[in-house]
Amino acid sequence: MSRVQIVLACLACLASLTAPAAAQDPQAKTVVTVVASFSILADLVRNVGGERIAVSALVGPDGDAHVYEPTPADSKRIAAATLVVVNGLGYEGWIDRLVAASGSKAPVVVASAGVTPRAGEGGHGHAAEDPHAWQSAANAKRYVANIRDALIRIDPPGRDLYAANAAAYLARLDALDAEIRQSLATIPAERRRVITGHDAFGYFGDAYGIAFLSPQGVSTEAEPSARDLARLITQIRAEKISAVFLENVIDPRLVRQIARETGVRIGGTLVSDALTGPGGLAPTYVALMRHNAHTLRAALSD
Amino acid sequence: MAMIYASLIAPFADFEFMRRALVGTCALALGAGPVGVFLMLRRMSLMGDAMSHAILPGAAAGFLIAGLSLSAMTAGGLIAGFAVALLAGLVARTTELKEDASLAAFFLISLALGVTLVSLRGGNIDLMHFLFGSVLALDDATLLLIAAVASLTLLALALIWRPLVLECVDPNFLRSVSRAGGPAHVAFLALVVMNLVGAFYALGTLLAVGLMMLPAAVARFWTRDITAMMVVAVVTGLLSSLIGLLLSFDAGLPAGPAVILVAGVLYLASVLFGRVGGLARRLAPRRHLEA
Repeated sequence: MSRVQIVLACLACLASLTAPAAAQDPQAKTVVTVVASFSILADLVRNVGGERIAVSALVGPDGDAHVYEPTPADSKRIAAATLVVVNGLGYEGWIDRLVAASGSKAPVVVASAGVTPRAGEGGHGHAAEDPHAWQSAANAKRYVANIRDALIRIDPPGRDLYAANAAAYLARLDALDAEIRQSLATIPAERRRVITGHDAFGYFGDAYGIAFLSPQGVSTEAEPSARDLARLITQIRAEKISAVFLENVIDPRLVRQIARETGVRIGGTLVSDALTGPGGLAPTYVALMRHNAHTLRAALSD
Repeated sequence: MAMIYASLIAPFADFEFMRRALVGTCALALGAGPVGVFLMLRRMSLMGDAMSHAILPGAAAGFLIAGLSLSAMTAGGLIAGFAVALLAGLVARTTELKEDASLAAFFLISLALGVTLVSLRGGNIDLMHFLFGSVLALDDATLLLIAAVASLTLLALALIWRPLVLECVDPNFLRSVSRAGGPAHVAFLALVVMNLVGAFYALGTLLAVGLMMLPAAVARFWTRDITAMMVVAVVTGLLSSLIGLLLSFDAGLPAGPAVILVAGVLYLASVLFGRVGGLARRLAPRRHLEA
């Protein structure tokens, strides 16, 4: 056990060294300091808050918030924040302890409030809620509305700006939703079954009509067992699966093994639980959804 | 018959990843078992642990430069493992610090450095795979590497068998009759590092020593003869691999830890019932006298 503790201690020290200092705009325009739990939320908050807020994400680009280990620097950032935005639905299991321990008085907003949760098919029989609600543009609109309301509550003088920004961004999300539907509409019904590394695309699948199967369940926390992997491979052989996809937050080797063993093609990389860096496939939420739709379409329509 | 087939053979017949995992862990058991026995007899068990951690920063440096490239990570791991083995020996010989303390120091430094390096490039998923390996996702190149390590280990052990055994039994005698001790020791350290690098891919840095030290410890309880110990260690390793993978298949346990856990159970059973110095043996004769 002590070795695991050592590992955790190393992680904590390391992250406190490398964590970026809380983004603070030297210009006095910044009124609200927001800490979001992960990169996708931070992007949504930035779009609503604009110049009035400074936002930073605890789990940065390409990081996995399922198994994140918070650091002292995170605690400091939360203590200094005026608003904390989390996904909820059990996604960030570590956030409550962190907020409590930081002594922060900032309100915690659950961005997914009001979203109809999907039951996750946890590999071990317990049906937890699937937290990856942002994977449908309609849900993202719910997130944006929640974030807008929270910002207005905490900073009433900024009401007009937040409302205008949110309205503009909601319109973009509507356009995005229509674009994805149109892009995927031409895929024939029998090609709409695919494999991903972990169960992150349930909401996407429900919204846009694609069935996603995965070896790892809704969290990346669990190590897949041989049984889970065997079940999935049996299922792939029995049903018609069109392609397997890699994910930006998942080790590609397991998915490659599945592709090798079943002869199913690798369709590309989907971006699931985190944005990529600025030069990557999906530096913003809109780019993420667009990239995933493109990748699916390219792999499934030929 | 059909039941035996379904529970023992079918998982491997039906699924290539099971065959790959079995081949990989069995190859590891073949090489790592004998190496583990020598480590144990020379009271260097802790050394194996320290070196397996030392591989992490090396492999991570390779990962940092070239991504998930087998050759870069292997080269890095070999260099770092060997460097720590030599450095720890040097510190112990030239300073006041005892070898166990210097090993502990190097093991901590390596682990911290390794975790730092992995996190610089990857997220925490990469880190989990470095720490715990991915035995269910062994590709051709990795399997070839592990098999090559096992073959080379067995060949090399055959070559340096005499000086190694002598050094376990009577190092002073070896020093008086031959100068093969030094080179044999260095070659042996190289074998340890190679086997740990192979195990690193399948079981990760935290469990890599598992198939090396647990089978060796099991063997110690069943025989006093070194050759027989090697055989027992290898058989223990093979059994642990087979049963561990089947457990993972039937009960849904994570594969790498399941293999090591089976080896752990065999070890506990040996502690209790081992023919040589097992607890039951030690207590049983007294009871016979009383009766």
